[in-house]
Amino acid sequence: MSIGIGSLFLVALVSTFMGAVTTVQTAFNMVSSFIPDYVISQVVREMIVLELAPTIIAVIYAGKVGSSMASGLGTMRITEQIDALEVMGINSISYLVLPKIIASLMMYPMLVIIAGVCGILGGYLAGTLTGIVSPNDFVYGLRSSYNEFTITFALIKSFVFAFLVASISSYKGYNTKGGALEVGISSTQAVTTSVIAVLIADYLLAQLLLAQ
Amino acid sequence: MIKIENITKSFGDKLVINHISGVFEKGKPNLIIGASGTGKSVLLKSIVGLMKPDIGEVFYDGRNFYGSDRDTKIEIRRELGMLFQGGALFDSKNVEKNVMFPLDVLTKMSLAEKQERVNFCLQRVGLENVNSKMPSEISGGMKKRVGIARAIVNTPNYLFCDEPNSGLDPQTSIVIDDLIQDISEDLDITTIVVTHDMNSVMGIGERIMFIYKGEKLWEGTKNDITHSGVKELDDFVFANKVMNSLRGT
Repeated sequence: MSIGIGSLFLVALVSTFMGAVTTVQTAFNMVSSFIPDYVISQVVREMIVLELAPTIIAVIYAGKVGSSMASGLGTMRITEQIDALEVMGINSISYLVLPKIIASLMMYPMLVIIAGVCGILGGYLAGTLTGIVSPNDFVYGLRSSYNEFTITFALIKSFVFAFLVASISSYKGYNTKGGALEVGISSTQAVTTSVIAVLIADYLLAQLLLAQ
Repeated sequence: MIKIENITKSFGDKLVINHISGVFEKGKPNLIIGASGTGKSVLLKSIVGLMKPDIGEVFYDGRNFYGSDRDTKIEIRRELGMLFQGGALFDSKNVEKNVMFPLDVLTKMSLAEKQERVNFCLQRVGLENVNSKMPSEISGGMKKRVGIARAIVNTPNYLFCDEPNSGLDPQTSIVIDDLIQDISEDLDITTIVVTHDMNSVMGIGERIMFIYKGEKLWEGTKNDITHSGVKELDDFVFANKVMNSLRGT
């Protein structure tokens, strides 16, 4: 639970501002008066659902939850807590790592859904409160040309990213050797490697599932 | 009884343990001594199965640990208790939950039975009214005692202690040593203690194995250690100023 609840505020904050900024920047780039205003919310919807909610939140998730997993397991490793489990005849990977991966697979998609909602809400507020787009146009744009596969795609990405972040961070933490300095190094490596893996997976999934 | 045969372990090109054999008897503490970096802890980890030796076998009352299948290894491990150098208490659990942990995962005891057993073990190591304290709230000596309570809570047949006195004051060290000796005798279990503390050696050294640069150079008791005739052991023993002042007396 702490994996999801602990990240909720940051995810909501970041995604709300992402949505707001996307709205303002899309409006700024629409120079032709032939393009109707509701296109702004269509762009916001696609950007948030397809890319910003699952991927940017995964980068934040890797920084917050991934580093916490790696440093927690790394500390357990260097203080011999993992050895203590092994001596008791307990499979430390099953006991420590598996629950983290399962919790991540359960909580991260929920965070992505919340991020999507907050992002679109942020876009709506930024667009309507500043007069960029009327509330009716924004809602109309959200509902027009809607392809439900984008939601499925975002959820597939969220499951893949959740698995990557949790497993890479756990691996780095679990295999920490040395002392406090190495725990910090493991934590940094966990974030860096997770982010790279997320970006590569992001491209591969787009190529596999969206390419015509 | 634990018997080890030809335990050899190297890390890369560095030979850390070189063909060490020996027998550790039950009912009294068996000490593995030597200077820092001689391979004592690696030997202990090889015995408990945390570090697989390159060559060699470990027999727990005749059961070959490294030659056993997975289930037998788990069965043997459930008969082990270990006190780690820093206590290795789980940071996220309080003292009671730490001590109760082996019972939670390895037994089907009721909560009341577990509670009773935990309180008994905490009393046995001289700790009371600390059940709800977190490991960060107790002293180093108390952590070691909680570690001992956790190690004995599931009534092990074999107890391992890695540098039980490191970082402790002399008085607390004596308390820990006495506790280890009493537990070994009362429970009639095989206890192996890795230490470089001469006070421990002279206090509870009923059987001592001296390791020097990864090799076993001497075996004996605390009564023989001061006149072993082994130069390396003499250098180790009489490096202590108090021991040195007693030299020749």
